[in-house]
Amino acid sequence: MDDFLLRALVAGLGVALLAAPLGCFVVWRRMAYFGEALAHAALLGVALGLMLDVAPRFGIVVTCLVTALLLVALGRHQPRLASDTLFGIVAHGALATGLVLLSRMESVRIDLFAYLFGDILAVGPTDLVWIGLTLLLVGLVMAWLWRPLLAVTVHADLAAAEGIAVARVHLAFMLLIALVTAVAMKVVGVLLVTSLLVIPAATARHFARTPEQMVVIAALVGMLAVAGGLAGSLGLDTPTGPSIVVVATLLFALGLLHTPRDEAPVSR
Amino acid sequence: MAESTALVSAEHLVVRRSGKTLLDSVDLDVAPGEIVTLIGPNGAGKTTLVRLLLGLDRADAGRVIRKPGLRVGYLPQRLQVDPVLPLDVSRLLTLTRRARVPAQHAALVEVGVPHLLHSPVQSLSGGELQRVLLARALLADPELLVLDEPTQGIDFTGQAELYRLIARLRERRGCAVLMVSHDLHLVMAATDRVICLNHHVCCHGEPESVRVHPEYLALFGPKVAADLAVYAHHHDHAHDLSGAVADGHEGH
Repeated sequence: MDDFLLRALVAGLGVALLAAPLGCFVVWRRMAYFGEALAHAALLGVALGLMLDVAPRFGIVVTCLVTALLLVALGRHQPRLASDTLFGIVAHGALATGLVLLSRMESVRIDLFAYLFGDILAVGPTDLVWIGLTLLLVGLVMAWLWRPLLAVTVHADLAAAEGIAVARVHLAFMLLIALVTAVAMKVVGVLLVTSLLVIPAATARHFARTPEQMVVIAALVGMLAVAGGLAGSLGLDTPTGPSIVVVATLLFALGLLHTPRDEAPVSR
Repeated sequence: MAESTALVSAEHLVVRRSGKTLLDSVDLDVAPGEIVTLIGPNGAGKTTLVRLLLGLDRADAGRVIRKPGLRVGYLPQRLQVDPVLPLDVSRLLTLTRRARVPAQHAALVEVGVPHLLHSPVQSLSGGELQRVLLARALLADPELLVLDEPTQGIDFTGQAELYRLIARLRERRGCAVLMVSHDLHLVMAATDRVICLNHHVCCHGEPESVRVHPEYLALFGPKVAADLAVYAHHHDHAHDLSGAVADGHEGH
């Protein structure tokens, strides 16, 4: 196998692993729009990074983190607007601003398509190091965050009444999503990042009996989608990012055929 | 009640939200091992008060004193687990703290539903869910159980059973219970003290005395009054539609 293919596969599998636990919580907490807003803001991060002459990667990470904090703050102080409205405004406002800024930078020629839909075949060794470090960090933080985050997801007041620092847990989770979004956009691009979080998790729901099972199955589904999408894109000469999402969607559709065990009639 | 022995006490709690006074100088104590029931009409501030006692919200004035290191078990008014989250009873029991399967089983036995250990939470009936939540609270070996309308969505016989269960748990474990209820008649047998709340504490005491208290009767209307023996009484104040004290009379 060629080096660039191997790197693409490793990067894709790593991102699928990263996306699984966070994607499950995104689905459980109904935060798909939040992920979408962060992903779209990532393009603004690319533009800002280029303008300030720092690596786009730093621009993306910082912009995603700032956007996450902004959304939390806005959500708290704008009770009149539903959060999906707010997230929609931030998502498209940031995306449009990013596009406008990039178009004004005549000196820089960037491959916009690569940012929008991913460029997994261009993954370099530095990207792999980033993905590896993120995987390590997310793994450590999730191990610590797992139980309290699950408790907050089931019932925030119950968790708070029993001593869990709900706001801190919530914030830590949002920052993790920002980080993973920034890393994952190399693989599927800003327009498709959310699908990598949501689709494997949603597919896993049909087969899982426990939250932990759902994460493991989501990781497997995500990795299968990455491998299948990569192979398919090579064979059919299609763009890799969208191909991965197409395979994930097909897996989800297949999963629909499976009757969830816990929806079967329960004997009383 | 001496403040030093109380598990939790509220002193002159005041809560205002968008111009309305939800709680007006409310005092309350819960002593170890006693069952205190908070009753009052909808919107009387019962849940608001409970949230303050649990430390979920802050009061605008007054203070809540909790015994240091107090172990609280809490049953929220409504707990709905999204069907997208695969969660069985065993995982719900260990949501905020670890417990081994034998301990989980024992807690379920205590509330009478040991067969549910591996059932998906979404498949439980209202009564089963409340029992499971009670078992979850028991795993913390609580000194104080806080139940916000524990019988919501449960049929009449189920309600009576649940109150009897709560009374039994208190006897066996000696934990205090603070619960919110709509129905004094149902909780009468299972409570030591009743606090009748309508933004302020209207009356409090043993259930028998509260049942015939003019304030209680005024709050819960002529139907409740008609069910009870005729007796002479006079009000020391009246309530207008918003529940505020209409004649400007302050305390009790």
